[in-house]
Amino acid sequence: MNYWPLLGVATVVAGFVMRRNPVLVVVVAGVVSGIGAAMHPGDLLVLLGSSFVGNRALLLMVATLPVIGLLERFGLRERARDWIAGFRGLTLTRFLLSYLGLRQILSMLGLTNVAGHAQTVRPLVAPMSEAAAERSVGKLDVEERHRVAALAAATDNIGLFFGEDVFIALGAVLLIQGFYAQNGIELEPLTIALWALPTAIAAFLIHALRLVHFQRRMERAARARRAGGGAEEC
Amino acid sequence: MLKIEYIYWLLGAFLVWSAWLNLRDGRLAMAGFWAILAGPFLFGDAITAALADGVRWPAQAMGLGVIGLGLMAARGGMRAQGDDTEAEAARRAAARRLGNRLFGPALAIPLVTLVLVLAGPYLRWGATALIEARQATLTALGLACVVASAAALRVTRAGVATGLGEGRRLLDALGWAALLPMLLATLGSVFAATGVGDAIAALVDMAIPTDSRVACLTAFALGMVLFTVIMGNAFAAFPVLMAGVGLPLLVIRHGADPAILGSIGMLTGYCGTLLTPMAANFNIVPAVLLELPDQYGVIRAQWPNAVALLAVNFMLMWWLLF
Repeated sequence: MNYWPLLGVATVVAGFVMRRNPVLVVVVAGVVSGIGAAMHPGDLLVLLGSSFVGNRALLLMVATLPVIGLLERFGLRERARDWIAGFRGLTLTRFLLSYLGLRQILSMLGLTNVAGHAQTVRPLVAPMSEAAAERSVGKLDVEERHRVAALAAATDNIGLFFGEDVFIALGAVLLIQGFYAQNGIELEPLTIALWALPTAIAAFLIHALRLVHFQRRMERAARARRAGGGAEEC
Repeated sequence: MLKIEYIYWLLGAFLVWSAWLNLRDGRLAMAGFWAILAGPFLFGDAITAALADGVRWPAQAMGLGVIGLGLMAARGGMRAQGDDTEAEAARRAAARRLGNRLFGPALAIPLVTLVLVLAGPYLRWGATALIEARQATLTALGLACVVASAAALRVTRAGVATGLGEGRRLLDALGWAALLPMLLATLGSVFAATGVGDAIAALVDMAIPTDSRVACLTAFALGMVLFTVIMGNAFAAFPVLMAGVGLPLLVIRHGADPAILGSIGMLTGYCGTLLTPMAANFNIVPAVLLELPDQYGVIRAQWPNAVALLAVNFMLMWWLLF
């Protein structure tokens, strides 16, 4: 067994820990791993080039940028914020929980690319989350705004990951079934998909608890701020 | 028939246009960056076809391009221009004027994708399908972006050049982060081809006592998380851990249920995806898109979920598998 290619993994870990530019870290790690495996430079270049071409679908989100950019210049994010601010009874918890449920159900139906960080989170969900939070705690400071935006992105990830495994005709389930089939174990895709349900439900409940907790903490901090501000005025 | 390649060509053209605008502004690093990145989209099929015929130089040139992208990203000089208060006032005014009509084109991206995915199999021109079944979802997403662009131009009454210019502004703001998901997937392929997975599986095998159920299950669960963190992708971790631990030890030796092990094992890997900067499209790209000061801000917001779900998955497997 040749253990030298593991140097590529070590390069990645060291690069991320030292917070070097991730693009450089990844390219260097690929080259190191190839050298560790004693690959011919010509073969390594072919491997790099053809895998890069093979994975180009991952850049498709760039196709959304002209639409989103144009709409943002004409005030999409400001409008999203104002619109949500007009709803009575809407809180950050309720808003993000609805989005989480919707995202999970869409992923379960195989509609994973319908939402996403470029398509929905930046232009709509993040500004709407801020507005929903401001309804219950008043104006957010910069750090709170960043935390709410990060939470919106996290909500999108969790909804996507813990929904898509329930869909039978997509990536994960077919990969699992294919692996077993290669090893002589035949499984129905539906049985694999159904066993993803308990974790999907747990993911929803855990995130619900976290959202409730997050909102309570923000409300407490806002009350403390108001009380502190009042004391200063006296 | 509409193929994903047409969408790739459009995307390539947009990247070339962004490169040209940057070249005009004298931002050479950024211009070169987008120009190289246009390569896989404009010439991807040609490169793949040439390689299948045994012609290797186009793929090698692309490989050199990948190394070039890494060096350019590291040298810096890829900073986007900031926002000013005048632009913010203009945005507020436009938002008041256009109101909810702004939502139409934004929602058109998900809704048109949805409709095209669902109706795709029935949309036919004679005997040929209107949308090619291969990668139909991604083709639908690309088409939805074109439809939404047209709608956005209509609602805002802006010109095509303004739209592309705003797209380029966002692209520049993303900078190298836009490229990272593609590069990480490439690294995954390189790791697989150079035998990194086999080496890790061999190390895991040496490290665990195979007679103990709990030790095997722990090695499998933590291995899925750790390997996903390293590779940035549970799909890459799954075959390695299944071949090394899951199938020989848990299923064959200890009699675990394969369907449950596969399903919950994969979801255990997803806990790792929530934790790693290697899963750039989920964790780093949104941090840049949302202009967070900390590039690990999204990971910070979701790590408690990952840890809790790892515990849930472990307990589920412990109860259900044997």
